[in-house]
Amino acid sequence: MEQLLSLIHENLQLIYVLILAVFVGIEVMGKVPQVLHTPLMSGSNALSGVVIIGSILVMGKTAPDNYLALVLGFMAVLLATLNVVGGFAVTDRMLDMFRKKKKG
Amino acid sequence: MITQIIDISYLIAVVLFVLGIKNMSHPDTARKGNLLAAGGMGLAMLATFFTPGLQNILIILFAIVLGSVIGYYMSRKVAMTAMPQMVSFFNGMGGAAAALIAIAEVYGIFHSPDAQLTFMSNTSTAYFYFGALLVSLVIGAISFSGSIIAMGKLQGFVSGASVKWPMQKVTNNGLLLVIAFLCVWLFQMESGQEPLIYIICLLGLVFGVLFVMPIGGADMPVVISLLNAFTGLTAATTGMLFDNKVMLMGGVLVGAAGLLLTLLMCKAMNRSLSAVLFGAFNTAGGAASDRDIDPTHV
Repeated sequence: MEQLLSLIHENLQLIYVLILAVFVGIEVMGKVPQVLHTPLMSGSNALSGVVIIGSILVMGKTAPDNYLALVLGFMAVLLATLNVVGGFAVTDRMLDMFRKKKKG
Repeated sequence: MITQIIDISYLIAVVLFVLGIKNMSHPDTARKGNLLAAGGMGLAMLATFFTPGLQNILIILFAIVLGSVIGYYMSRKVAMTAMPQMVSFFNGMGGAAAALIAIAEVYGIFHSPDAQLTFMSNTSTAYFYFGALLVSLVIGAISFSGSIIAMGKLQGFVSGASVKWPMQKVTNNGLLLVIAFLCVWLFQMESGQEPLIYIICLLGLVFGVLFVMPIGGADMPVVISLLNAFTGLTAATTGMLFDNKVMLMGGVLVGAAGLLLTLLMCKAMNRSLSAVLFGAFNTAGGAASDRDIDPTHV
């Protein structure tokens, strides 16, 4: 119990930030119209590719002769990049189609 | 000096993420919002390259270029009607990346004497670190296999029907309990527990499959959105692992926004999330009978 309390206390700042971030995340969605559900899903999917930063960092601290870790890191960077680049590109394409439809 | 610049770049990237999502939720500004978010991501990636002591930069660059080319090509080639499964595939890749990072970290813990020492010290920091690691691993694995099955259901290489088997609820919840039990057991932090971590990862993969299989193809967008929120969560826990604010904030934002979006999508179909996820367990019929469960409960 005491350990749990001290764990909370030590990370109090982090917990504040997390709670506020959750509210921001909920708030910025606002009243999103139904037509935007799929593009928004796609866009936030691209954002979740932010794990790419972790992939770069984990790869960056791997010793150059540790082949197994290098392969793991390489895969992590590659897959996360797919998530980021593919995600944003697909979202852009969806929104482009949406705009054309609106004009036509 | 360089560390400060990196941290400030991360701050700007997080602001761009928030503005991006905000703009994306209005039809007129949606495209700008997507570009803002992409710009934030680019900035964060660029800044990360200046991390002091970063090794293997050429291999990282090669992986990024390769991933960009493949990802861009796939996103251009995909048919408009096949967009949701494409999103699901990309989401699965993010989940897999999070799980791979966790595995690489675990491998580091058990194979370098230095890390082993920190790991065994049993301080609350070590617990915190280890907890974040396990969440990344399990949720990342679930998100990966679940997304691939969701993609399969939409693409047609997995049965789009609601697949059922006897004692479905019992087996799924049981598996989840086994995973939770193994995770708690790992907190003893004894050396020689390394294989257990790979078993947990495997069970997470199995759970992702079992979780999505019973849900019908028509409900896949909701599932994909939920799995996307899961991937956001893993990004946040990975951020905790590396004490990296941009991953933490970006992940939490996606987690919260993704969960709300999932609920909104359910509401648009006039169904509750639990009816979508577990409706298949309770009723013999398909979507039509699920509608009767409790449309007001969201």
